[in-house]
Amino acid sequence: MSESRHRQLGMTDDEYASVVAVLDRPPADAELAMYSVMWSEHCSYKSSRHWLDRFRSDYPWVVLGPGENAGVVDLGDGWLAALRIESHNHPSFVEPYQGAATGVGGILRDIFTMGARPVAVWDSIRFGPLTDSKNRYLFGGVVSGIAGYGNAVGVPTLGGEVEFAEPFSNNPLVNVMALGLMKRDQLVTRAAVGVGNVAILLGASTGRDGIGGASILASTSFDEDSGAKRPSVQVGDPFEEKKLIEACLELYEKDLVVAIQDLGAAGISCATSESAAAGGMGMDVDLDRVHLRETAMTAAEILLSESQERMLAIVEPGDVSDVLAVAEKWEINASEIGTLTEGETLVVTMNGVQVASVPAASLAENGPRYRRPAERPADLDAIWADAPMLPGVVDVAASVLRMLDDPALADRSWVSEQYDHMLFLQTIVEPGHDGSLLRIRGTTKGLAVSTDGDPLRCFLDPHRGAERIVYESALNVAATGAGPYALVDNLNFGNPEKPEVMWQFIETVEGVAAACESLAVPVVGGNVSFYNETDGVDIHPTPVVGMLGFCDPMPASPPRLDRARHGMELWLIGPESGKDFAGSAYCRIVLDHLGGRPEAVTPDIGNAVVAHATRLAYLVPVLHDVSAGGLAVAVAEICIRSGVGAAVAEPTWELLLDEAPSRFLAVVPPGADLGIHDIPARRIGVMGGDEIDFGSFGSLPLDDATRVWREAIPRRMDHISSLPAKPGKRGGGQRR
Amino acid sequence: MRTAVIVFPGSNCEHDVAHVLRSLGAEPELVFHRDRDLTGADGIVLPGGFAHGDYLRTGAIARFSPVMAEVERHAAAGTPVIGICNGFQILTEAGLLPGAMVANRGLRFICRHVLVRVESTDSVLTRNADVGDVLRIPLNSYQGNFVLDTDRLAALEERGGVLLRYVDEKGHPDHTINGTTIAGIANAAGNVAGVMPHPERASERLLGSSDGLVLLESFVASMAKLPA
Amino acid sequence: MRFRVRITRRDGIADPEGTTTAHALRELGYQEVTGVSFGRDILVDLDVDDETEAIGKVVEMCERLLANPVIEEFTVELLS
Repeated sequence: MSESRHRQLGMTDDEYASVVAVLDRPPADAELAMYSVMWSEHCSYKSSRHWLDRFRSDYPWVVLGPGENAGVVDLGDGWLAALRIESHNHPSFVEPYQGAATGVGGILRDIFTMGARPVAVWDSIRFGPLTDSKNRYLFGGVVSGIAGYGNAVGVPTLGGEVEFAEPFSNNPLVNVMALGLMKRDQLVTRAAVGVGNVAILLGASTGRDGIGGASILASTSFDEDSGAKRPSVQVGDPFEEKKLIEACLELYEKDLVVAIQDLGAAGISCATSESAAAGGMGMDVDLDRVHLRETAMTAAEILLSESQERMLAIVEPGDVSDVLAVAEKWEINASEIGTLTEGETLVVTMNGVQVASVPAASLAENGPRYRRPAERPADLDAIWADAPMLPGVVDVAASVLRMLDDPALADRSWVSEQYDHMLFLQTIVEPGHDGSLLRIRGTTKGLAVSTDGDPLRCFLDPHRGAERIVYESALNVAATGAGPYALVDNLNFGNPEKPEVMWQFIETVEGVAAACESLAVPVVGGNVSFYNETDGVDIHPTPVVGMLGFCDPMPASPPRLDRARHGMELWLIGPESGKDFAGSAYCRIVLDHLGGRPEAVTPDIGNAVVAHATRLAYLVPVLHDVSAGGLAVAVAEICIRSGVGAAVAEPTWELLLDEAPSRFLAVVPPGADLGIHDIPARRIGVMGGDEIDFGSFGSLPLDDATRVWREAIPRRMDHISSLPAKPGKRGGGQRR
Repeated sequence: MRTAVIVFPGSNCEHDVAHVLRSLGAEPELVFHRDRDLTGADGIVLPGGFAHGDYLRTGAIARFSPVMAEVERHAAAGTPVIGICNGFQILTEAGLLPGAMVANRGLRFICRHVLVRVESTDSVLTRNADVGDVLRIPLNSYQGNFVLDTDRLAALEERGGVLLRYVDEKGHPDHTINGTTIAGIANAAGNVAGVMPHPERASERLLGSSDGLVLLESFVASMAKLPA
Repeated sequence: MRFRVRITRRDGIADPEGTTTAHALRELGYQEVTGVSFGRDILVDLDVDDETEAIGKVVEMCERLLANPVIEEFTVELLS
């Protein structure tokens, strides 16, 4: 029966043979459906898992590393932080509002399933250029979706990244990171233990939404007919999630759950098999007990539904009535759908008939693993040889003005003001600075987060690019006073069946791992998103890292970009090059060129730079890392935010616009001693006046720079952004 | 001063406002929306958030929560009652304050600091402030655009019911933020007040502003029945 | 019985969605657009036999919850 059926479900013949071998018989319909989704790339990490072992998390402050719903680190005094990052790329392309909204909902469940209250979200989002109406529609929709869900669910959004570049035109990236806080005794895991304990399904009712989302949306490539996939997208209900959060936190507080697991991709199949496998148990599941929203659903549909806002709690029989009372208080559904059993078999029944009986671990843990062929791209040497042709003389002021008008470098207030970023009275440094900083109320502890990606450099050199984003992220949190403490990564790549893509992936993993080791930062979790490919074109390799920084005590007055004043001095700290243009904003925006090889981070110096920034954050009013747009744009950003001009005289224009890594600016009162002797540090100028003055390389009125920078995104977005016309059906268009 | 902070499903600012009230000497207690007993409350706060998901209309479903009958009884008896953001929306839906809220002019959620000028001190929310004071307080709403028909609006202004008005940096009334200049109002007795921006978010310099304290201090002073 | 409740914005009350959409339509070249107003439809299913009683109940629901009389008007229509 299944020869063609397993292929329809996206399973290879070999994988099907493995299922037959595991079961020692052909799978029944519902079983095959469960394997097809649980063994999909999205759920099983089958192409990446081998390489992810490279990441280290064996540091004393790591409580839980990769493998749980979220990584957990120790902050001292009984406080734990849970963090996680995940992508919702494909759903957001199909339906931007709901795709982004359910991305937020999903990541929050990953956090509160650990016992932590979610306290903040960051979004790293990438689109094609805003000159195209479709990209405006996607960008506007994603931002609205994040705002609509995040604000209503009552978790502040503290920033993230926004980038616009051509490779994302047909494949936007939406990566969401969340942070939660808890006291140590609140920590819960997914491991279901205790024969006779009861599995209770909490939250929204189950419908047909999102069926096969993991295998269809997240594990295959796109073509122009993607609109037809719309029914697979789930619809989020932030109100239901808010009630679910409060109910679950009350359950933890009352110590009523043994284990808990959220329902994400592959729904009940995944939650039951993962929690049973983690506890080394079996589970009997009765689908007749699942609260349904639609009639006549089949067993496979109920098992695979990706209806949002659901959790599976494992509860001792004596606590069931108390759990149901908490659910009743918060007006959420609760149904006893299963019982833990000895052995390791997941048995599913419906209408009194057994529809599946499989080893839980075979679904959740023992899926296929591939070591796909990898090959260095044949054109890489040519790309490296194609260094940018730099002009002899450059009007730096004019170039800066062009760069400030680029939506990827401009003011992001249009985005961040749509997000509630002030809830919980914890936000000390809000979105729009290098890293965002929040406090743990009632303590002296501060947590900073920065999310960073750099697809252009990662395309030119995945290994160096990956190292650079880790170091940039570390410097961003350091600029708030928080030392780098733990990292999560979201690895967005094209089709892993192409050897060049696999090579990019392996190089990236090595780069992230090496940089984290140099910084002594554990990698506590991550997500891999493959098949970011539309019509055969892969995105640039886009690892996005989310760095958590930690400080205790927090600086009394952390650096901000708006605290520079007339007469203060500008200092540049870190090694200079004047030659690092490959993948720079200047090359992209002004020269329209992508080629050459970016410079590498030097770990020892990079570490020293991060350490100095962390120290200086307690002493100086302004710290700002030098990144996109180089020194000139970094100076302009301080001027704009502080409302004061500056004069900077450099010997060459290249020093003003190149993007050599591991550098930052400090603005200090005149005559201050920065106490830096082990790495380069020099005074480059003074604040004052109403011009941003680059000496012989031009000068720019502060008012002009400010207006251009503020208007860049609004002027592109604040007009009609109607739905793009539906793409016509292509004759003979076929999916691979 | 026992202060009932009402928690609707979907409320999210209840802990924040309780934290600041506590720091001002009040004794806030979270009261779940299904409770019917507010005996002994010296004041009531309807906090911000998204009660009942803001489904149907903001505040529309919340006004039918069991606790609201008690809130109405207390309001009629002169107990200080304030609604912040979503709480303001609920008070208008409940008819305890005039008017209604529609979407922001730009059709986008707005979360940022705005300037508001004190227009009247005849209320539990503004009694400690001075007319003309300009406060920097965060706004955080999508449906924050206060509307009322012309006649009733004139009557509201006539009786000094407008407590706070959005102004620009030069101090001129500013309707460009979300479509209205009205940021806060009170009932005729002055004991029921609604404010769209969040005073509790402007309660410490470290958070960017402490200008909201004067409003919450007014509320605490009203609960303590201090002479104005 | 199924009723359709149609809720519309009262004349003279600000309608940001309508104003913005009208502006957008004119930007797209539909200069003849003089106004757009937003409303919403709510379908209510009732298990009641008597039509008059049913209409009375739906009107009452509108007055109490479904519409906000400060800014909205409503009509009730029996669909089936």
